[in-house]
Amino acid sequence: MAFRAVMSRRGTNRSSDIGARWMSTWWGNVEPAAKDPILGVTEAFLADPSPSKVNVGVGAYRDDNGKPVVLECVREAERRIAGHSNMEYLPMGGSVKMVEETLKLAYGENSEFIKDKRIAAVQSLSGTGACRLFADFQKRFRPDSQIYIPVPTWANHHNIWRDAQVPQRTFHYYLPETRGLDFASLMDDIKNAPNGSFFLLHACAHNPTGVDPTEEQWREMSYQFKAKGHFAFFDMAYQGFASGDPERDAKSIRIFLEDGHLIGIAQSYAKNMGLYGQRVGCLSVLCEDEKQAVAVKSQLQQLARPMYSNPPLHGALIVSTILGDPELKNLWLKEVKVMADRIIGMRTALRENLEKLGSPLSWEHITNQIGMFCYSGLTPEQVDRLTSEFHIYLTRNGRISMAGITTGNVGYLANAINEVSKSA
Amino acid sequence: MRQQFTSLEAHGFESPTTQSAFSSSISSSSATDRRLKALARHLVDASPVMDSHSQNPNDTVSPSPTSSAFHADSVFAHIVRAPEDPILGVTVAYNKDPSPVKLNLGVGAYRTEEGKPLVLNVVRQAEQQLVNDRSRVKEYLPIVGLAEYNKLSAKLILGADSPAIQENRVTTVQCLSGTGSLRVGGEFLARHYHQLTIYIPLPTWGNHPKVFTLAGLSVKTYRYYDPATRGLDFQGLLEDLGSAPSGAIVLLHACAHNPTGVDPTIQQWEQIRQLMRSKALLPFFDSAYQGFASGSLDADAQPVRMFVADGGECLVAQSYAKNMGLYGERVGALSIVCKSADVASRVESQLKLVIRPMYSSPPIHGASIVATILKDRNLYTEWTIELKAMADRIISMRQQLFDALRARGTPGDWSHIIKQIGMFTFTGLNSEQVAFMTRQYHVYMTSDGRISMAGLSSRTVPHLADAIHAAVTSFA
Repeated sequence: MAFRAVMSRRGTNRSSDIGARWMSTWWGNVEPAAKDPILGVTEAFLADPSPSKVNVGVGAYRDDNGKPVVLECVREAERRIAGHSNMEYLPMGGSVKMVEETLKLAYGENSEFIKDKRIAAVQSLSGTGACRLFADFQKRFRPDSQIYIPVPTWANHHNIWRDAQVPQRTFHYYLPETRGLDFASLMDDIKNAPNGSFFLLHACAHNPTGVDPTEEQWREMSYQFKAKGHFAFFDMAYQGFASGDPERDAKSIRIFLEDGHLIGIAQSYAKNMGLYGQRVGCLSVLCEDEKQAVAVKSQLQQLARPMYSNPPLHGALIVSTILGDPELKNLWLKEVKVMADRIIGMRTALRENLEKLGSPLSWEHITNQIGMFCYSGLTPEQVDRLTSEFHIYLTRNGRISMAGITTGNVGYLANAINEVSKSA
Repeated sequence: MRQQFTSLEAHGFESPTTQSAFSSSISSSSATDRRLKALARHLVDASPVMDSHSQNPNDTVSPSPTSSAFHADSVFAHIVRAPEDPILGVTVAYNKDPSPVKLNLGVGAYRTEEGKPLVLNVVRQAEQQLVNDRSRVKEYLPIVGLAEYNKLSAKLILGADSPAIQENRVTTVQCLSGTGSLRVGGEFLARHYHQLTIYIPLPTWGNHPKVFTLAGLSVKTYRYYDPATRGLDFQGLLEDLGSAPSGAIVLLHACAHNPTGVDPTIQQWEQIRQLMRSKALLPFFDSAYQGFASGSLDADAQPVRMFVADGGECLVAQSYAKNMGLYGERVGALSIVCKSADVASRVESQLKLVIRPMYSSPPIHGASIVATILKDRNLYTEWTIELKAMADRIISMRQQLFDALRARGTPGDWSHIIKQIGMFTFTGLNSEQVAFMTRQYHVYMTSDGRISMAGLSSRTVPHLADAIHAAVTSFA
């Protein structure tokens, strides 16, 4: 105690006496970090006392009562797991069973690549973790490469490749005038990129725009990728969630596989199995042969070990329990379709409501776009009005999470959008 | 890494032999050919850029409309297989061994007397509570994790009455077990701290150097273990920390040092604290065994609390892998004790920026189990009892092994077995002796002579004692 009294009498901060240095903080220069733009929206929403507030910010599914959903197949899987499993470490590459089932979803139930063991795959911390592991892997083994990222994209994609210290370039994607795909510029960017460039592609249900290439456009992209020797890395966060049919949602990937590309894929069960907080996903890299796949997998593990040693068990158990049981798997497929259909239904409802209100603007894009999000085309100023006047919360890029819309609030939302946009 | 990079050309990307040597598993369907033909015509006609590219000798693949199925060469073809992780590799080898007397003393995961993994009763109870609660959802946690869990974890390591907590000077973020906490803390330091060197003890857990190197810190060592005494090289430790540059980060094992089991006494800790504070060295505690070492949560937290009590700053990485048996659920926490609440709040905001591009937010399940147990008085008490039972069983294994070696008259002083503490014993055996024990006695351990006491039982102690005896007498 006397020691402390002596020290405090000497005075605190900015003492040049090294011995007393420990009395002042090391972190005086630490600036407050900017709030995450997406997660910050939910924080603001929660703080709002208004009874009519609507959260169409974060992309987490809600039912028609605006409540989060735990799928029945997940509840059943948890009942089977509880009390029956030990909690030993998974291998560094995660649950083998879960990875096997996950690869089938992306590459096809009877994929020859799986049979020939040509896929290097590890369980990852959801989609974020898969992208980060790949970015670190890319940095380590193709240190001169860079990543082409679509404009716009999920904001965290930029953070991930930046923290992995991989230089970024962008390619054209969204055309504001049409609220659709800027295909011509996209193809130009593919052609103009140096041979052998790395591209980040959203496999389906592009986040944040909801704008996907058509099948024919994917085929053209694949062809051009061939000509240029580009590497395609697919972020597939919404398989099953976009159209309601997982096979259909994987079409872009299957096209590239058919055309012989050796791709990489980040898969996530956050949305399509509602396992958000469990952090379950998978990173895979298609290789030339089994030997190469073994080598690549071992190197991915070398990156995972100093990050978290091995991935979490619980979510993986849920996934492998469901996908490994035909009945549960069927239940899951039904439940995914229900979620996708509700969202498609809300798209139709929002568009119809806006048209009924006599909005002079075109709202076709709401039903043309697909997946969790709609790029409304609203400006940041209009978004601010939605929030301040109507207590509607969304990100300032005008991205609306369709999952936050219900039959109960779609009218209110349409009215508010109409109000802020009719002078546009 | 640079020498591993080779251009696509060097990999024979344009070589005809590569082109023709594609795997037969890529089917070259005529439908694909027809489609490609149609597309190529469309693209070649429409785009002059395409034509100039086709004349470019650096083109990787000739865009001939009639070429059969394209087979890309992998951009990762140059990658060699990484060596097995030395610790986890032991279990891989053990699993392959068909011998009925094989013994796995590699990975530090607790085993019962029957050699089985253990899920604590309180964990099972918490699990059931969670499963039965239909109001529970699986939404994303905040980036910093489960708030309740964070508060309870800080109290656990710092003490419920810690002034630092009461003054809101501590920021705690949920991380992926100890590894994740160390990595996030390391990355934060690499970005915001002024001295990018971390001193780690010699020896230390094999993953420590990699974690901090990848985080962006430069790693140095300080003397710790004395092979001659199989105890602490206290003089060496003081000298090395004494000559470290002012402000350097120092990794300290809070208790039950891994891999040696050698801990400083409380008096030695006090000297370490004074030295470190006088040189403004920043303590970074790795607390992976709280409660597991002595059986008492408070006793095992003493070194950390001593440093916090002097009002200074420090980092603490906590893990629930061993003391709650939650290994695979990856539950841990990073606490940074700061000088003021304002600083702690800013620090927390920066920690989020490290976490978001790594995995967005931590997994919910394990943290929910921990929170359920820590906040319930009955479950908490039950936990402390189960924890003490695990610690006691390990202490008993130490005694039994020591007695067995003495009974066999095994040459050497084996008292370090009962002096060391925690999951591991640094036997002092060399790699030759270790290899012998694996070959002849099917005893699996890391080549540095570290054995996990948790993998022993009364039944298997004699076999291990025989193996050690044989190794020591065969290879002096």
